[in-house]
This record gives sequence, structure tokens and C-alpha cells, in this order.
Amino acid sequence: MVKKTLTAASALLVGVTALAGCGDSDASGGDGKIVMGFAQVGAESGWRTANTESIKQSAEDAGFELKFSDAQGKQENQIKAIRSFIQQKVDVIAFSPVVETGWDAVLQEAKRAGIPVILTDRAVDSEDTSLYETFLGSDFVLEGEKAGEWLVENAAESDVDGDGDINVVQLEGTTGAAPAIDRAEGFASAIEADPSIEVTASQTGDFTRDGGKQVMESFLNSEDGIDVVFAHNDDMGLGAIEAIEAAGLEPGVDVKIITVDAVRDGMAALAEGKINFIVECNPLLGDQLMDLAEQVLDGEEVPERVVTEETTFTQEQAAEVLPDRKY
Amino acid sequence: MTDTLDRAPAPEEQAPRPGPVSRLLGHQLLWPVVAIVVMLVIDVIAVPSFLDLRVQDGHLYGNPVDIVRNSAPVMLVALGMTLVIATRGIDLSVGAVAAIAAAVACTRIVESADEGAASAAILACTTALAACVLLGVWNGFLVSVVGIQPIIATLVLMVAGRGLAMLVTDGQITTPSNDAFSGLATGFVLGLPIAFLIALGMVVLTAVLTRRTALGMLIEAVGINPDASRLAGVRARTITWTVYVFAAVCAGMAGLIIAANTNSVNANSLGLWIELDAILAVVIGGTALTGGRFSLAGTVVGALLISTLVRTIPSIGIPSEANYLFKAFVVILVCLLQSPRARAALRVRGRRAASSKAVAA
Repeated sequence: MVKKTLTAASALLVGVTALAGCGDSDASGGDGKIVMGFAQVGAESGWRTANTESIKQSAEDAGFELKFSDAQGKQENQIKAIRSFIQQKVDVIAFSPVVETGWDAVLQEAKRAGIPVILTDRAVDSEDTSLYETFLGSDFVLEGEKAGEWLVENAAESDVDGDGDINVVQLEGTTGAAPAIDRAEGFASAIEADPSIEVTASQTGDFTRDGGKQVMESFLNSEDGIDVVFAHNDDMGLGAIEAIEAAGLEPGVDVKIITVDAVRDGMAALAEGKINFIVECNPLLGDQLMDLAEQVLDGEEVPERVVTEETTFTQEQAAEVLPDRKY
Repeated sequence: MTDTLDRAPAPEEQAPRPGPVSRLLGHQLLWPVVAIVVMLVIDVIAVPSFLDLRVQDGHLYGNPVDIVRNSAPVMLVALGMTLVIATRGIDLSVGAVAAIAAAVACTRIVESADEGAASAAILACTTALAACVLLGVWNGFLVSVVGIQPIIATLVLMVAGRGLAMLVTDGQITTPSNDAFSGLATGFVLGLPIAFLIALGMVVLTAVLTRRTALGMLIEAVGINPDASRLAGVRARTITWTVYVFAAVCAGMAGLIIAANTNSVNANSLGLWIELDAILAVVIGGTALTGGRFSLAGTVVGALLISTLVRTIPSIGIPSEANYLFKAFVVILVCLLQSPRARAALRVRGRRAASSKAVAA
């Protein structure tokens, strides 16, 4: 009895979801608005939320009709969302792929339906680049390079213990994630310019504060003379700050900290002097995305790779921009 | 806690009159403890100062302190999991419950009139744990009343719970600033970390409740055969229900400690996969997944093993790409050494070697 009720209830639920999915079947309405389907990764961080806000805001400003879908970090949800965009005959599809692989089939479907696809923030690993028009996102290698270059320029001050060697510990992002791989690569290539700078230990902190804190606690106990921490995102850097303080050291002074992202909490720590340098990874790519979409739909040639406009922040700059920081 | 082992002896311990050495070798906690010691030795070889302790800001500071402190969340979750597994169940939702507890507590603190007040922290933590009781009641209801398989019943909350936590925090990383709250994870009493004392306190409390009363035996009875125990007059349903509530409360406490550790809650990542670490700790500690037998001391050792492992990885410089492999390798090794069949195979070979030596002599 219970089982039957449950089955009936779940069947009903599926039915309702399906109805909701195709309720708006004729998407490209008669009002001539451009309809964009956007499949977001999820809402896993402040960065991502800012990214979502930016896209929604820019779509409204540009007069697009936005169909937004949140994949909650799962590829299958995202593929479903893209299929439903294709069925709804949207004018353009944009999405931030959850993972790099496994997109060929669904992108082929979009191509056959004649709907252009724009990738944002993250790339896909497909040999057939004709499956998408362009990839708009940060250059993670460049971000790592910027972090490394700052360290090379400020090498003298960064040698905290004054022994002539600058020992860097690195808090990596999630193993295998593009930003983690590329930021490490960029950083390593930039610090080659100064032989006194060396990465003495490197371990993943999974892009989380807790991970960053635990790894940093361990490094503080096992590595001698740590001068600099390079964290692949602000959150791990903030975790490292807690570990450094617990060890009785002063973050930003006894140990220099460089991070990537520039979310509000990170910027606040930078302004307070607990972080020394942040390379921005800009989530506010909505305007650039809408421009690209218009160009693609107008049949203009767009470059295969568009890099988001990004900057870097020192402690003084952080204090200036912090009051207007959106995310 | 030790009477756990007396009451539920491992099969090979029932062999007639084992000598003290073979009894030690047959002890189910021997190999996990050996594994911890071996890892510490490797750590000391890699980093000679690994076990050094010093006094920092009036409390002890060093790797050993961090290891016991960081073991607290897994220990708490594993404690609840031990009782659930003893009833032949499993609770996959503990990670999500931890995230919900942390989300509720942190948002309550941030929203309270005086964010830094100790009363705000106490109120927030109480609310969070009350929420956990509700979640535990839900799990227990699905398992004991509706009769859904535990792995499926708790899977519901494992998936939905993170969404719930995200709703509570609005999908944002919430960062409370409250000294009393952060003291949960980073504070010290008598030089010892509060987080560890909380976990140990819960273990002792549970040990007293289950081993000094008949409760432990009843839980094991339900695990061995729920129907038979019900026919024998044991309130199987109530006991099953209670252990899920207990597991949820333990998970909630773990969630509060994790959040307090960094003064932040990220509903997406907090306590992610902690259910697997907890199940691992329980199993390494000698509690059978088939239920009917549990060891709280084993769970404590299992949790310490995991946190030693987590600390060893960065200390000896295992590259990020290989650290799951390393973890798996250690776990498999410990499980093999614990397995009576694998040990029996080793023993036979050992005896043969010994007897052939005797013949040769």
C-alpha cells in the first residue's frame, strides 16, 4: 500500500516536472527578443553567485530573455538543461561546463538544431572546436603568472626570515580542476625568473577554507622557514590565515600570502593587511557575454577565445575598492 | 569501553586457551594501532620535529594536538554511525546533516542582535542541534516505521540536505564572528583542544549509556535479528528510531565544530564525504557492517587513524594527485591485516616455515 502510494506520488512528481519543463515550448516569442539559455554550474561559492547575478543583470540590461538553469554541480543536470533549451528553440545557448569532458553528443544536437553555443568561465575538452562559437573566461595560467610576477618583483620584502631563499608553500585547488592545474603552471613559470624563489611544498586544499587550514597547519609544522603562501583561491588563503594565527605568527607579515579570486572576504583580509596580494578572477562577465551573443547572432566572426577583463589588487587598492565590492 | 571486546570476542579468540601473545595478535584493534604508530614513525623520519610540542598562547601546539583536534568531527560522526551500523543500518545523510547544522548555527549568529555575544552562540548551536533532532526523527521514521532500506532512506536526506543547507545560507559562504562559537574548534581547556574533549565526552557518555545499562545489548540484539528481538520483548522500532536521532545529533555537533574551525560555512563543501570517513572509522574499529556487534573504542581508534593519515599526507609530501591512492593503500593494508581469513593464510605459511625449520634443525 505504502509502496503503491509512493510510486504514484513519484510518478506524479515526474509528470509535474516534465510539464514545467515544456510549459514554455515556444521560447522565441513574437516580441523579437533574443532568447538565451544559460546553464550554470551551481551556486557553490560567492564567486559563482556573483557570476550568476552578473549574467542575469546584463541580460536584462541588453534586453535578452534569459532562461536560466542551475545544474547544482552535476553534469547530467546540465545536459538535460541544454537539451531542453534545444527543444525550446532558444536563439543562443551559453553554459559553464561542470567538467571538461563528455559534451560532444549534446553539443552536436545543438549544432544540428542550428543554435550557437558560447562557453563561459570553463572550457570543454573536445577536439571538435566547431561545436561552440567561442569560450569566454579567465586565463588561469595568466592569473598564476601575475601572482608569480608580483612575488618576483617583491622578492626582497618577501624573504621574511632573511636567509636569502624564498620558500613558498602552495595550496592547490581541487586536483584535476583546470584552475588548479593552470594557476600552478603559470606561477611556476613566472617564479623561474628568480632562482631564490622555490615552491618547497604543495598540496591540495580542495578550494575550501577547511582544506586550506588543515594543509597549512601541517606545513607550518613540517616545513622550515615558510616565507610565502600561494593559495589558488581566496577561501584557502583565508583558511591558511587561521592556521598561521593559531601558530602565533602574523599573517601578511611573518608569512606573506598571495591568493587568486578577489571575493569580498578575501578583499577585506587584503585591506586589513592579512593577505599581501590578490589576482582577480572576474566573475562579472555578463556584459561581455551579451556582446558576444549579439555578435554571434549577427553572423560576425568572433575570436575562439575571449579573456575576461581582470586586474590585480594590492593592500592599498583593496582598501579603496572594498566599499563598492559587489561580491 | 573495553568490555565491548570481552562481550563480543572475535571468532579466533574463542580458540582454546590462547596465550597472551596470540591474544594480543588476535585483538581487533592491534593493526589499526600499529598502523597509527607506523605512520607516526614515517612522519618522524620525514620530519624529525613531527611530534614536537610547544606551548603557544597558553596551550599546547604541534602536530599531535592538531591530529587529535582534527579527529573530533570524524569521531563524532563515526560515534553515531557505530550505533546505527550496530542495528544493521547505515546513515548516509550525516554529511548533509552536518552542513545543515552549521548553516543554521552560522546564519543564526550572523542574524542575532549582538553577533559576538556568547549567548548568541549558545542559542544558535541549540537551534542547530534541535534541527538535527528533527532530521534524525525523519531518518528514523523512514527506516523504522515506513520500513525503507536504511541506505535508501538516508540517501534522501543526503541529497536533499545539501539543498536545504544552501537554502538556509542563501547559497553564500556565511561567516560569523563570535569568539564563543569559534572556541568550539579552536579553544583549549587545560591545554587540551575543546573539540577533542567534546568528542571524547560524547564517546564516554555513550559508552556508559550502552555498556553500563542493557541499551548496548538491546541495540546489538536488534542488529542481529530485529524480528526475534521484537518477539523477545525488545522495542526494536524505538531503538532503531533513537539511534538515527542520535546519529543526526552527533553529525550536527561535528558540523558545528567544522564550521567553527574556519568561522565559516560553505553549504556545498562542509562535511562533504564525511559519511565515508565515518563508515571507514567504524569498520576499521571492528564494528561489523552486518550489525549486531559494535566497538566504541574501535571507533575512536579508527577516527584517530584517519586524522593521522590526513596529517601524514602533506607532512611527508605525497603529491596531491596520489593522496587518495595513498589513503586507499593504507586502508586496504589495515583491513587485510584485520581480516581473520587473510591472517589465517599468513599464519599457515608462517607455521609451515617454522616446522620446516624445525625439521632441518
